[in-house]
Amino acid sequence: MALFSDASVKVKLILVSILSKGIALLVAGIVITSLDLMALREKLVRRMSIQADIAGANCISALQFSDSNSAGTTLAALRADPRIRAAGLYASDRRLFATYVRDPPNGAPLLEDPLSDTGGGHRLGEDRLVLWRTIVLDGKAIGSVVIVSDLSEISATMTRDVVLFVCVLLGSLLIAVIISSRLQRSISQPILNLADVARRVTLEKDYSVRASGVSRDEIGSLVTAFNEMLEEIRQQESALRSARDGLEQRVAERTVQLRAANKELEAFSYSVSHDLRAPLRSIEGFSRALMEDCADGLSNAGQDSLRRIIGSTVRMGQLIDGLLNLSRVTRAEVRGRSVDLSSLAGELVAELRSGEDGRQVECVIAKGAVVEGDPALLRAALQNLIGNAWKFTRKRASARIEFGFAEEAGERTYFVRDNGAGFEMSYSDKLFGAFQRLHGQDEFPGIGIGLATVQRIVTRHGGRVWAIGAPGEGATVYFTLGKGGDIGRQEDRAAG
Amino acid sequence: MDDKRIVLLVEDNPDDEALTLRALKKNNILNEVVVARDGAEALDYLLGSDGKSGRIRLDQLAVVLLDLKLPKVNGLEVLRRVRADPRTRRLPIVVLTSSKEEKDLVGAYDSGANSYVQKPVEFAAFVEAARHLGLYWLVTNAPPPMTR
Repeated sequence: MALFSDASVKVKLILVSILSKGIALLVAGIVITSLDLMALREKLVRRMSIQADIAGANCISALQFSDSNSAGTTLAALRADPRIRAAGLYASDRRLFATYVRDPPNGAPLLEDPLSDTGGGHRLGEDRLVLWRTIVLDGKAIGSVVIVSDLSEISATMTRDVVLFVCVLLGSLLIAVIISSRLQRSISQPILNLADVARRVTLEKDYSVRASGVSRDEIGSLVTAFNEMLEEIRQQESALRSARDGLEQRVAERTVQLRAANKELEAFSYSVSHDLRAPLRSIEGFSRALMEDCADGLSNAGQDSLRRIIGSTVRMGQLIDGLLNLSRVTRAEVRGRSVDLSSLAGELVAELRSGEDGRQVECVIAKGAVVEGDPALLRAALQNLIGNAWKFTRKRASARIEFGFAEEAGERTYFVRDNGAGFEMSYSDKLFGAFQRLHGQDEFPGIGIGLATVQRIVTRHGGRVWAIGAPGEGATVYFTLGKGGDIGRQEDRAAG
Repeated sequence: MDDKRIVLLVEDNPDDEALTLRALKKNNILNEVVVARDGAEALDYLLGSDGKSGRIRLDQLAVVLLDLKLPKVNGLEVLRRVRADPRTRRLPIVVLTSSKEEKDLVGAYDSGANSYVQKPVEFAAFVEAARHLGLYWLVTNAPPPMTR
């Protein structure tokens, strides 16, 4: 069966044709031959019955007068029928009365004792028919005739029939092969063609080829459907291609625009850095000069105004610096290195300790926060976070700053926690905006750029940043550094 | 302090010029300060033009304070041309500018600046910077031997 399913359509079609025709012919031949055989046998039995009846009638007088010679002569008349090999006449006492044997040496065993008392009967053997008839006179059985006939005529007829049948079978199968191999082309050719086209489409991705051989049958509709499918694919492919080309072009255009925008931003930053500072420097410098040169001529109110001008210019200078730093963080290239945030936090705390006079701040730094990232940018981020914590715990008697990390859903979250001024959670979305401040300048000085910088740095590392806090209870700023940001996983903690 | 030695200040902004001079004066730096108001003028002072030598005597020049953003010829170009000339190849040049952009820093050092100082917005800091500059370049630093 596997062989059949692997065979080509052409072979399959021929095989199917031969098999179906062959089986039909075979069945018909067997049925006809069997019927023929039965008819021949019936005919033979009928003939022999007639012969036996005639012979029996002719032997009645011989039996009456116990004249076995006359009976023998009568039986010998059966010679006229070449099929009769032997015949026997039995008296009513089952004694063999007379015999006829065509071929004497083989004749004797042919005659068998008819064991039936009925009017007659027959028995068909392998090679012979034994038939017997009771001879009745005036309603009384006076003997019986037995005829043995050979079946050579039947077997000869049968042999001839079988030979003829085989010839017819072979002949018609040959014709079937010739016809089906011609006709199968009309079925297999379009299929082979279709298969060839499909193969070409698969191999060469050429959707412009078309299958030929459009007829009105199912194969024709298959070919038509296939061609329509190819057309559909071709159209979709070209649509896809043009969409992709359009997309590529748009990406290229956007890239050019983006580059231009970046360049503009750079030029802008440069200009801010250079040109916005110069007038500030003048305002500050000359205000200072005015203060120094003409302090005596100025009233207290005038001096106060000058001080305010100077303070504002200084603050504006800081704002410009903050803006530039922020834009620098956005533009800076992120270089991936292994950075130990724990030791970085330690260094930053040490710097703050040496700067601030006499402040007692408890700092807890979890060890082993080794990440992959840009050392300068991460330092800036941590500097802002720890600097903020330091600043906002200024009014606490027992200030506490903590740097740590936690694993959550397979992602490592780092945090800087303080017990400082904290903030209202409803303002948490404002925390990370540039120049957004939640405290007055006199309360906690600053320009509102720290957390915006942190957010940009974290975003550039593929991470997120958020904060949780409450007024008077401190704040915790959490951040992640994206995938692959974590290297070390030591969990030991130490107070710093 | 050698009062004869000259400082060349290349500065296009008159306010900055005045502030710089004031800052130097406040630090008792009494050296003559020659001011060039654009890059071309600075080059004219240092290298001269049309085959004539510069208007400034290089052997008297202690240091050049060079702004980067200048009309006509910008500061980096001035640096490059000065460094390309054998007469001024070793001249001490301090870039004194508003910018702290990385590309300016890199450009200045690559073009042969000896030092880079950002002008602070606060005058007090500026005065302090000027004090350091004067002390270092006019006193501490040993000038290169003149190659005339």
